[in-house]
Amino acid sequence: MKSCSLLSRFTKILLVSSLSLSFQSTFAQGVDQILSNGKFRGNFQLDMQYYQEDTLIGAQDVPEKILSNGFLNLVYTNGPLTMGVRYESYLNALLGFPAGYVGNGITYRFATFDNEQLSVTVGNFYEQFGNGLIFRTYEERGLGYDNVMDGIRLKYRFDKGLTLTGITGKQRIFFEYGDGIVRGIDAELSLNDAISSFSESKTRIIIGGSGISKFQADQNSQFVLPENVGSMAGRVIINRGFFNLNAEYAWKSNDPSSDNGFIYKPGEALFIQAAYSRRGFGMVLAAKRNDNMSFRSDRNEDQQNLLINFLPALTKQHTYNLLATLYPYAVQLNGEIAYQADLFYKFKKGTPLGGKYGTDISLNYATANNLDTTRLNDENTVRQGYSSSFFNVGEVYFKDFNVQVTKKFSKKVKGIFTYANLVYDQDVIEGKPGAPKIYADVAIADVSYKFSMRKTLRTEVQVLRTEQDQGDWATLLLEYTLSPHWFFAFLDQYNYGNDDPELRLHYYNGSIGYIDGANRISVSYGRQRAGIFCVGGVCRVVPASSGLYLSVTSSF
Amino acid sequence: MRTLKFFTFLTIILSVTALTGQENANRIPSVIVQKLDGSRFNTGDIENDGNPIILNFWATWCSPCKNELNNIAEMYEDWVDETGVKLVAMSIDDARNIGKVAPYVNGKAWDYEVLIDPNGDFKRALGVNNVPHTFLVDGNGNIVWQHNSYNPGDEYELFELVKKLSLGESIN
Repeated sequence: MKSCSLLSRFTKILLVSSLSLSFQSTFAQGVDQILSNGKFRGNFQLDMQYYQEDTLIGAQDVPEKILSNGFLNLVYTNGPLTMGVRYESYLNALLGFPAGYVGNGITYRFATFDNEQLSVTVGNFYEQFGNGLIFRTYEERGLGYDNVMDGIRLKYRFDKGLTLTGITGKQRIFFEYGDGIVRGIDAELSLNDAISSFSESKTRIIIGGSGISKFQADQNSQFVLPENVGSMAGRVIINRGFFNLNAEYAWKSNDPSSDNGFIYKPGEALFIQAAYSRRGFGMVLAAKRNDNMSFRSDRNEDQQNLLINFLPALTKQHTYNLLATLYPYAVQLNGEIAYQADLFYKFKKGTPLGGKYGTDISLNYATANNLDTTRLNDENTVRQGYSSSFFNVGEVYFKDFNVQVTKKFSKKVKGIFTYANLVYDQDVIEGKPGAPKIYADVAIADVSYKFSMRKTLRTEVQVLRTEQDQGDWATLLLEYTLSPHWFFAFLDQYNYGNDDPELRLHYYNGSIGYIDGANRISVSYGRQRAGIFCVGGVCRVVPASSGLYLSVTSSF
Repeated sequence: MRTLKFFTFLTIILSVTALTGQENANRIPSVIVQKLDGSRFNTGDIENDGNPIILNFWATWCSPCKNELNNIAEMYEDWVDETGVKLVAMSIDDARNIGKVAPYVNGKAWDYEVLIDPNGDFKRALGVNNVPHTFLVDGNGNIVWQHNSYNPGDEYELFELVKKLSLGESIN
């Protein structure tokens, strides 16, 4: 027995040592392999401003003198595994940023395991159901907008074109998470993949349905509030050849909140978009109606805080500064009806209007109106607030008709010419009671001259004429680029038509930038007009400032 | 005995990983995005028969992006003939503008492969901060270069790199 046991012990030692040897080599190899299969990616941004007091434009003294925003994203991917983290820093936040951003911290971390069929995410995640009418979490770092979820997300992709997504979590508000719990499920089915006889059809149809519910305890002494609020949405996308239709309807149970004045009325939203396009021609018609559809995971929040859903503005997103920052439209969450039409056309080369290089024209018309509502005096029964007509429209909030022509004149000269006519209800859009409606005409010429392959001078001349608000404006921009590394720009915005001659001010700004691959550094000096700063369709009001601005971005 | 089992287990796991693992760290990550008809598309399936790929992030509301893609469009036919390159234009437009992507692209008569990343999932996976942002993928499917923003004339440098890639040369 003893020898046996000795033998067995000997065998064991041999086994263990050989295994550990093989383990060591395999381990090293395995770790190497794992490391070489894994990849870190990410980006970094720092914005820093030195502020100067400038009483003329209303730029106030900043006690800190220097303010900065910064963040670093790091994402690690290795096969089916993805992990990520973001560090954010506001010391203190730049002027115009939401006041809740103070200090430093890790604001985003997640791990996802995805094996083609099943995807599991724990921690933070961004997600959107359909067009986002009942659920969309997303970020606009440049505006400080971030309603990311913290919780769990499961996705399962079935073979037959069906995808199920389930989520549960809380939403981010600055460096914390909101009170409410958000749960939901979405199902999307591609009929062409699901029904075999339909698989070769030229008509492609995708249908989807989703439900979201939020829970927030009722701590209101005045009202008995629903602690659970449910919402549902159904959608369809039909595509055939040149034609595409995208429609979604959403409904929400009564959700008394500070947005709607604590009324017990259900909400609804409808979004329809039809497009037709073929080579050289494109057209889009869109309509949207949202009625009492503000949906937040905290009923007492306002501004952009803790929004669960996304109601897109149905207006053109302009890029030229007078059009983009003076009077841009912002969606009215409590209710609006909006229509939009877009047309894109290319006059071919060699035709009378096309000339030698062809000419592009685009037309856009957008209008947003209040709902046609009737106030209900039902204070003693159920507080329904108001009733609304589905089709009739109320007063105009916003109108925009614009046309843009893009034309290449020669190998060296190219121009983009824009005209826009705006109607803008300052009272409603900016919440300035009693402010008059603004009627404005805007004309812009954007001409590029190419000195050589790598040297281009771009000039923008913009004029905005209006009798209201601050009167007429003009902008001159000169931008000289030296590909691939340098750019130099000078901008002057001049409020030449202000009623008060003292306020006919120049807002000048000069900047220099250096780009190398995915790194970009720019420095600018000058005045920033108080206005509305928009990124990707979300806007925030920025106060006037003056000073030196440094921006560094990098992706890796 | 427990140690033994543990070692055996780890050895097997690591051997399997080592055997099945491939050098794919620099590949385009797999994220679900949309095609213009609204159907789902896995970015891991972006390919071009061993030829280089330009992956460009843009949006219908981004002037420099449109300027860049329109400038490339004038030369794109020649680029494809000479190098077999394919440009994938990844729009980051969200629900507000997603319906305008196809009409805009067709209106401009672009010949690119156009995909849409409406909630920024692919953008985040690749560490893209602002648009325009361009990646170059070599014939083996590896991301070998990236560039942020656009200055007129950058397209010439981009094409020089594409030519190198199509000849199988390294650009780093």
